[in-house]
Amino acid sequence: MIWIDTIVQGVLLGGLYALFAAGLSLVFGIMRLVNLAHGDLIVMAAYLILVLVTLLGIDPFLAALIAAPFLFGVGWLLQMHVLNRTLGPDILPPLLVTFGLSIVIQNALLEGFSADSKRLSVGQLETASLALGPVNVGVMPLLTFISAIVVIVALNRLFYSTSLGRAFRATSDDAVTASLMGVRPQNIFATATGIAMVVVTIAALYLGTRANFDPTIGPARLIYAFEAVIIGGLGSLWGTLAGGIIIGVAQTLGAAINPEWQILAGHVAFVVVLLLRPRGLFPRAVD
Amino acid sequence: MALLQTENLTAHYGDFQALFGVDIRLEEGETVAIIGANGAGKTTLMRSISGVLRNQPEAIVFDKDRIGSTHAADIVKKGIAMVPEGRKLFPSLSVEENLLIGAYGRKTDGPWNLESIYSMFPVLKERRTNAGTALSGGQQQMVAIGRALMSNPRVLLCDEISLGLAPVIIKDIYAALPKIKETGTSIVVVEQDIGQALKVADRVYCMMEGRITLEGSPSDLSRDAIHNAYFGASA
Repeated sequence: MIWIDTIVQGVLLGGLYALFAAGLSLVFGIMRLVNLAHGDLIVMAAYLILVLVTLLGIDPFLAALIAAPFLFGVGWLLQMHVLNRTLGPDILPPLLVTFGLSIVIQNALLEGFSADSKRLSVGQLETASLALGPVNVGVMPLLTFISAIVVIVALNRLFYSTSLGRAFRATSDDAVTASLMGVRPQNIFATATGIAMVVVTIAALYLGTRANFDPTIGPARLIYAFEAVIIGGLGSLWGTLAGGIIIGVAQTLGAAINPEWQILAGHVAFVVVLLLRPRGLFPRAVD
Repeated sequence: MALLQTENLTAHYGDFQALFGVDIRLEEGETVAIIGANGAGKTTLMRSISGVLRNQPEAIVFDKDRIGSTHAADIVKKGIAMVPEGRKLFPSLSVEENLLIGAYGRKTDGPWNLESIYSMFPVLKERRTNAGTALSGGQQQMVAIGRALMSNPRVLLCDEISLGLAPVIIKDIYAALPKIKETGTSIVVVEQDIGQALKVADRVYCMMEGRITLEGSPSDLSRDAIHNAYFGASA
C-alpha cells in the first residue's frame, strides 16, 4: 500500500514538473529556442503573484488570474524586442542572451525581495486532503495535476484545432514559406512566448503554494523542466506530461528508499530514458 | 496602368547582383510566362514580387501601390499569392491544414475555398487527412496551388510548377491554369519548360543573366528569337 501511495504522490508531483516544462516545450517546439531563463521567469511570476497578494490582499488564485495577462504582455515584448533578434541558424545567441537574462532576473529579484524565502498561502487548502480509494491525496497536489492536464489539453487544442495553431506549426516548419501565407513569424513567435508566460504564471502559482521559493531556485526548476521536455520528446506536449510524471515518480520512489536519493533518482531516470530513447518517448516525426 | 509592374528592378544576395533593371508588367486577367534557363533570375524576380526579398521600395507597383519594401505577409493580404519553387508544403500539417493555412492572410471572400479547390483537384479531398508531404509530387503541387488560391489572390505567381514532375502530371497541373484564369485571377508562370509556358501565356518574357532579353506574345515570337534570348545569341 505504501508503494501505491508513493507512486500516486509521484504522479501528482509530475503534474508540477509538467507545468514547469509545458511553457519551455511550447517555445522550443515552435521556434527551436532553448530559454535558459525559463526557471527564473517562473520564480519572477511567483514574486509577482506574491506582490499582488500582499498589496491587494487577494487570494493567490485571483492574483495569478490578474498576473497572467500582464505576463503574457511581458513575454510578447521580451520575444518581440529581445529574443527575436537572436533567432537564426546559430543556436549560440539565444543561449547566451537567455543565460544573461537568467542572471539579470535573479539579481533583480535579490535586490527587490532579498534572499529570504517566501511562500504563497492558500489557507486550509494547503493541508486539505481527499481519500481516493486506498490512498489519501492532498488537494493542492491534485489541483496541480489537474491544472497540468488542463494546460496540456488546452495547448493541444490550440495547436491542432485553431488557425493560430496551424500558423504556429507552419512557422515552426518553414518561417519563410509561412510568411507567403500571410503569417508574420515575428508576431507568431511573440504570441507563443506570451502564451508560454501564461503557463509560467500557472506553474508559479503552484510552485509558490506548495513550497518556499527564493530568487535563486530558478535554475533548478529549469533542470526539471528540461528533463521533462527531453524525456517526453522535444516539442511533444503530452510527452512533456509523461516526462514530468516519470521524474516525479522516480523522485518519490527514490525518497521512499532513502530521502537523500530524491533528487538524484529523478536525474537517474532522465539518464536512463535518454540512454534507451535518445529522442525521447514521443519525438515529433518531422524533427 | 498595369495591375502589377516592376520598374528597373534590381536584386542582390549580399554582394551578388541577381537582377539588373528588370521591367515587366501584368494586366488584369492576363497570364504572363517568364522563361529562362537555370540561374536566369526568374525565381529571384518571384521572390522580389512576393516580398521574400525586399530590396527596392519603389521598384514594384501593384494596383498603384508601391510594394517593394512590403513584408511578404502583407503582400498576400494585398492580393498576390505565390506557389513557391519546390512546393514547400508544411510537413507537420495535413493536406487540408496546408490548404487552410493559405487562407490565413485572407482579407476578402472570393471564388476559392476548400470546396472549390477539392472540386478542381478531387484527389486532394480523398487524401485530405494525410500529411501533405506524404503525397506524390503531382499531388503536392496541387496542394501548393490550392494553398495559394485559398487567399483568393488577384495575382497568382507560379514558380516552376512543372519541376520534377512526369509529363502526364505536368499536363494535369497546367490544365488547372485556364480554370484559375476564368475566375479573373491574373497569373505569372515562371518556367524552364518553354512548350508548356507558351501554351498558357498571353505574353512571354525571356530572362537571361538577370535581364529581360525578349518580350512578346507567343504567336509573334519565332523559335530562333526565343532560342537566342534563352541561351544567348552565340549559343
